Amino acid sequence: MIFGIDPLLENIDGAAILIVLVKVVIAFAALMVSVMAMVWFERKIVARMQNRLGPNVAGPFGILQTLADGIKLFFKEDLIPDNADPFVFRLAPYLSLVPAFLVFMVIPLGGDFNNGKGGVVTWFGSTNETLFQLADPHIGILFVLAMSSIAVYGVMLAGWSSGSKYPLLGSVRATAQMVSYEAALGLSLLAVLLNSGSLSTNAIVAGQQAWNWNAWATGGVPFIVFMIAATAELNRPPFDLVEAEQELVGGFHTEYSSIRFALFFLAEFMNTITMSAVIVTLFLGGPAGPTGWAPEWLQGVLPTVYFFAKLLMFLFIFVWFRGTLPRLRYDQLMDLGWKVLIPLSLAWFLLLAAFKVGQDQNWNRFLVGGVGVVTIVFGAALVSGAASAARARRADQEVAS
Amino acid sequence: MFATTVVDSITFSIAAAICLFGALGVVGFRNPVHNALSLVATLFGIAVLFIAQGAYFLAAIQVIVYAGAIVVLFLFVIMLLGVDRAENLVAERKVSGIVLALLLGAGTGAMVYIAYRAGLSTPTGEKSAMAALDPSNDLQVLGRAIFTDYVLAFEITSILLTVAVIGAVVLSRPAGGEPIDYEEFPDPEEDPALLVEDLGAND
Repeated sequence: MIFGIDPLLENIDGAAILIVLVKVVIAFAALMVSVMAMVWFERKIVARMQNRLGPNVAGPFGILQTLADGIKLFFKEDLIPDNADPFVFRLAPYLSLVPAFLVFMVIPLGGDFNNGKGGVVTWFGSTNETLFQLADPHIGILFVLAMSSIAVYGVMLAGWSSGSKYPLLGSVRATAQMVSYEAALGLSLLAVLLNSGSLSTNAIVAGQQAWNWNAWATGGVPFIVFMIAATAELNRPPFDLVEAEQELVGGFHTEYSSIRFALFFLAEFMNTITMSAVIVTLFLGGPAGPTGWAPEWLQGVLPTVYFFAKLLMFLFIFVWFRGTLPRLRYDQLMDLGWKVLIPLSLAWFLLLAAFKVGQDQNWNRFLVGGVGVVTIVFGAALVSGAASAARARRADQEVAS
Repeated sequence: MFATTVVDSITFSIAAAICLFGALGVVGFRNPVHNALSLVATLFGIAVLFIAQGAYFLAAIQVIVYAGAIVVLFLFVIMLLGVDRAENLVAERKVSGIVLALLLGAGTGAMVYIAYRAGLSTPTGEKSAMAALDPSNDLQVLGRAIFTDYVLAFEITSILLTVAVIGAVVLSRPAGGEPIDYEEFPDPEEDPALLVEDLGAND
């Protein structure tokens, strides 16, 4: 019941169970290896951006540095502060890690989506048709949102249970930030859902065949808003106030050491990868791309190659953000989230919905667009008017007092 | 069919156990943060029960809205106000309280029994208590019900929420005019005598 409409699971036999196991192993291994590679990639790129060499001793190009660090962390002493709440302190890293793992479950990693094939692949003999993703629930993308809202608990409880001031400050910041940007994330997502008419990740990718990718099919704005909100949701620079080293030592994981710290570290990079995969799935057609030119044997592999190439692009963009953008101030962060991103994505969603209704009713497209733009400009003027009135009033009060 | 039933009952037992122990934890633990976490466990168990009934959308919304937003807000307030210490909360048990609890429990039990007896034919006409939603389109069923038959209730609810938000903004914004503790801490600019007195005291 929990698995959706995968054609494989209509009649379960030995081969079906084997395929599900293979998919579990592939998803797990791909994610773990990508995390290791991502840690190395980020350190290397940031080092190059700062005119340093970066890791270059362990293995060729230092690629085994992550493994060495992981093994070292395993053997470190595991400290729990006296003031800590022992149960919650031990629980928090897993609350970060498990949702990060689970999101990857609904991402389509491959399969040919051209010509309405719907990403169905055939493994181990022609009778076993399946989807190249671990599960395809009807609520696919809501599952992603649900897991990202569960992940807040990891950060929040880690900070609280440490029984120490800097982690608490870090986790209060983190919670406010993640809850604020979840709204922008969800609203920009709505544009994609409106376009594809389904919540299932498989159907969203299938709706983007033949270069009709949501990044431009929804007009670009939701893509940019989602990208910014995702960066904030991941607590990555320039939105990394959660662990601002100069102010909070290390933020919510200051008191963590040894393997528990490693779990947080792992979860953070895993979230970066899964969020990039979600962006690729939603806006850049997932594994979609031209496969017609390739020989037969290559056609099964190409979609997966496309998917990972797109993934790598976003991973680089996230590292690029980190290497170039200075951290925002806290009030700037909140202003950007509440006063720019949320109204913008809401207005854009209404505009797209108006176009959709206009299409159904055969209205003049330019008229709909014109009325929509005028309404949005009017709304924006109202919002900015209200904001500047409030600012002026506050300034008056400060002068008066 | 047999396999499905076994899987369903195992899922139900685990989820129900999580719900019940979570609910006991909400009232049992002494630390507010532990209470809130138990509430999360209960909400999560209910989400699993929704999935077992084929109500995927409700399950997702349960996790996103209740576990992801409302309890996070609870925890946020608990942390900000610093009431997260275990406090001595032993209260004397009043007879009226016990009677009220028994009445409420009996009422809830009666409602559960009615829902159980109602079975397939329910008051609203939508399948609910004992029948699974059609799992292939639970979203469409829900969307159609909300935006056609129950659209008035839906709109009234949204107005209610808007009123609540505006009310919260009005209540929380600083009142114009003088601060409340004006008498206790008078403004020295308006009463120069105070200022001189203060300076004198500092010498």
